[in-house]
Amino acid sequence: MSEADQALDGRTTVTTTSALSQQLTTGIAIKPRTLLGDAWRRFRRHRLAMFGVATLLFFGLSVSLGPLIYQGYLLRQLEQEGMPISNPHPDLRALVDHLDFLSLMTPPNSIHLLGTDDLGRDLLARCMYGGRVSLAVGFVAMIIAISLGTFVGAVAGFFGGSIDQILMRITDLFLSLPVIPFILLTVYLFRDPVILAMGSPETGIFMIVVTVIGCLAWMQTARIVRASFLSLKEKEFVEAATALGVGTWAIMFRHILPNAMGPIIVAATLEVGSAIITESTLSFLGVGFPPDTPTWGRLVTDGSQYLQAAPWLALFPGALIFLAVLSINFLGDGLRDALDPRSRL
Amino acid sequence: MTHKRLWTWLVLMVTATTLLSACGKKPAQTPPTTAPVAATTTAPVASTAATTAATTAPTVAPTAAPTEIPTVAPTATPVAGGTLKILYAQAITVINPYQSTGTKDLDGATVIFEPLARYNQNDELVPYLAEEIPTLANGGIAKDSKSITWKLKKDVKWSDGTPFTADDVIFTWQYCSNPDTGCVWMSVFSNVDKVEAVDPTTVKVTWKKATSNPYNVFVSNTGMIIQKAQFANCVGKAAIADAACQKANLAPIGTNAYKLKEFKPGDTVIYEKNPNYRDVANTFFDTVEIKGGGDSTSAARAVCETGEVDYAWNLQVPAAVLTPILAAGKCDTVAGGSFGVERININFTNPDPILGSKRSEPDQPNPILNDLKVRQAIAKAIDRKPISEQLYGPAGAPTCNISVVPLAFTSTALTCERDLEGAKKLLDEAGWVLPDGKSIREKDGKPLKLTFQTSINTIRQGVQAIVKTNLADAGIQVDLKAIDPGVFFGSDPGNPDTLQKFYTDLQMYTNTPSDIGLDSYFVSWTCAEVNSSKVKWSKANDTRYCSKDYDALYTQFTAELDPAKRADLAKKLNDFLVNDVVVIPLINRMTPNGKSKTLEGPTYQTFDSVLWNIQSWKRTS
Repeated sequence: MSEADQALDGRTTVTTTSALSQQLTTGIAIKPRTLLGDAWRRFRRHRLAMFGVATLLFFGLSVSLGPLIYQGYLLRQLEQEGMPISNPHPDLRALVDHLDFLSLMTPPNSIHLLGTDDLGRDLLARCMYGGRVSLAVGFVAMIIAISLGTFVGAVAGFFGGSIDQILMRITDLFLSLPVIPFILLTVYLFRDPVILAMGSPETGIFMIVVTVIGCLAWMQTARIVRASFLSLKEKEFVEAATALGVGTWAIMFRHILPNAMGPIIVAATLEVGSAIITESTLSFLGVGFPPDTPTWGRLVTDGSQYLQAAPWLALFPGALIFLAVLSINFLGDGLRDALDPRSRL
Repeated sequence: MTHKRLWTWLVLMVTATTLLSACGKKPAQTPPTTAPVAATTTAPVASTAATTAATTAPTVAPTAAPTEIPTVAPTATPVAGGTLKILYAQAITVINPYQSTGTKDLDGATVIFEPLARYNQNDELVPYLAEEIPTLANGGIAKDSKSITWKLKKDVKWSDGTPFTADDVIFTWQYCSNPDTGCVWMSVFSNVDKVEAVDPTTVKVTWKKATSNPYNVFVSNTGMIIQKAQFANCVGKAAIADAACQKANLAPIGTNAYKLKEFKPGDTVIYEKNPNYRDVANTFFDTVEIKGGGDSTSAARAVCETGEVDYAWNLQVPAAVLTPILAAGKCDTVAGGSFGVERININFTNPDPILGSKRSEPDQPNPILNDLKVRQAIAKAIDRKPISEQLYGPAGAPTCNISVVPLAFTSTALTCERDLEGAKKLLDEAGWVLPDGKSIREKDGKPLKLTFQTSINTIRQGVQAIVKTNLADAGIQVDLKAIDPGVFFGSDPGNPDTLQKFYTDLQMYTNTPSDIGLDSYFVSWTCAEVNSSKVKWSKANDTRYCSKDYDALYTQFTAELDPAKRADLAKKLNDFLVNDVVVIPLINRMTPNGKSKTLEGPTYQTFDSVLWNIQSWKRTS
């Protein structure tokens, strides 16, 4: 433990003692320390995790609210430049598709803050739009994979016996599936009906992509959760809960699961990154989003062609993917340390 | 503890950034062959200079260098010998031209084999194994157009020393016209009734019915003559099944200036001088090496920046990437003729997925595109200028015609400038109006939405983006789709994404006429060729266009034997298709090949192999 940590610990003790004395003197009860409160306190001290949270918040705000500011700016700049948008009701989508033939492959400048590609499309607008898609894909696919994996792992680990056997063989089956051909097949089979049901190609493809990625990535989580459950279910607190007559599902999800949270969170954070990257693979193979939907992965793929002539085309979206995945990993790191009840600070 | 971790992360981040940028470069720069790898190591230095040169004078750079080249006669300095190094993005897998799987195999066979005659860069016939080109005037072509008689060169020897005779020519026909042989050019021989030897050096081909294109057979890279002695036992099923025949397919004997030395299928072919060639004294190179693999960008670098190879095939690279590479100045591009017309095809049937298996069937008319005014509006709204300037650069020119070769057959009547106001007016007239506050036109409450597919290719996705914006200006929404080329061009009846099934409203690709007569080209818009599930999507007409007038015109065209009248009819067919907006021609593709400035000989070909005259290629100082 470093000096800084000791100092911090010292300060905590001081505050606690002063609070105690305050309570003794004033008679006002201070707030008791809770599990989550402790976690938050520990989390705040994890600098890299805070950096991750800040970056993710910044990305979140940039892709959701950023376009509102940037749209007006870009529209004015295009007007001045002489390539105004013909669409009378421009939105982010119109900016993404707008071809500015007066600035082709220009490096970052005052009109196009991150430069343009070979057709004069604004890279920042495309990164914002792509960020919405990529981040949404990453998080939704992660939620699907983690829920599925946790459920399967928990049931297999807790009940054991033949249920465990069956579920684990299913897990093995999924692990041995060749992922890319399987995704291609699924997309070919279900693309048209899903697009038809969802109304637009973009939403339809989104649904398929997140489902497919999510449903092919839960196996690792299931194994991790099963392993944790196998060891945790023998612990005394489980016995105590059983003795008190707590129901099976409550024991599984209220008593055991919080103790297995650490590894799940790490798996979850890794999942977000790999989902973003799998999505770009799919786009590259032509079964992902339509070619005019600029996801981060697609922007890197397209830009890599021009790495010498226009390096910013690949480097900016590449840096975004890199930062996003890194921040999520930091966040996971911090959450794991914070939520682990054994790592009391 | 946290400090330590911070530093670890920082180091990791830096490493990752370096890796990331390295990985980004990888696909473009590390092809699986040795030649381009060597190119990569030196490329960055050269190209940095190239980039700066390109930014200052992008248009001047490629043409500025030739002034430095000494204009000495080629006989003055070159010393014969050495190796001619050729780089193909696709590797050669078989050398027998009748078992070829693509242009690269035919080109590989061209170095060994010869036909009776070849087309030169001006689409004129040059005799190869023939003594002269038979014409009506010299009596080679029968007056009733029912036969053609070729006089063969005397004293031609195969590379194994045995004499070449009329029997070899007859055998080539027997070999390829046997349906069991699996000959890829069988259709070329479909009109041949019989081939007979008048004497050992005279061959007479008799047609089933009079033909306007008697030079279709035994000419160009689809008519190269193979040796009877080598392939006699390979007619029919044995051609592929028999072990000896398989060996022969990979190591054939030919009559051209070079013979096979070593062949690694899917990688490299090495040829050496053929000592039995009739003009061996003038064969310049000792060996020729054709290497396959990599991609177009690395091929361009290998020939233009590092000079690693003398000749590179198919530099289909976006203009923005190609221009700085060309500026390195070590190469010339070889372009001309036509690689085909990049066009948008209109689907005349309804591709709506709601129809299930009935989609794009001939009995389901397209609810939007059967209206000529809508089709005209789409054609008028598209701007070809940025497509050719920003994307194709030197590799393509805008065109209004669907048929651009040969020149005598090309229409000059059409114009295709962008006319956005005209397009809007036509849409208004057709009943598609712009509701207040919306940017997409509607008719009876239905929005004007179209789907548009093509294969995955940087340039094609650029064109899609431009077309989408162009049509959005006119109030038409376009949903784009890009499909893996292997699937799109794969003609697999089980796959929904093939161009033959055409499950979208518009699609874009390039098609080239396979014979100079254009019969097989114009046939693909006739009613008989309409694609459907009934014919397992094996026909050529993917637009499902069916017009009695067009069919009548086409019948007239195929029956006509007079060249001048044929040219006139070909123009009419072209104008008919474009005016009825069955297709929207965009770009006459002239995908360049690259040659080292010290190499003399390569020309661009439309109707023959680009290596057609490789026996006369030489190095200059």
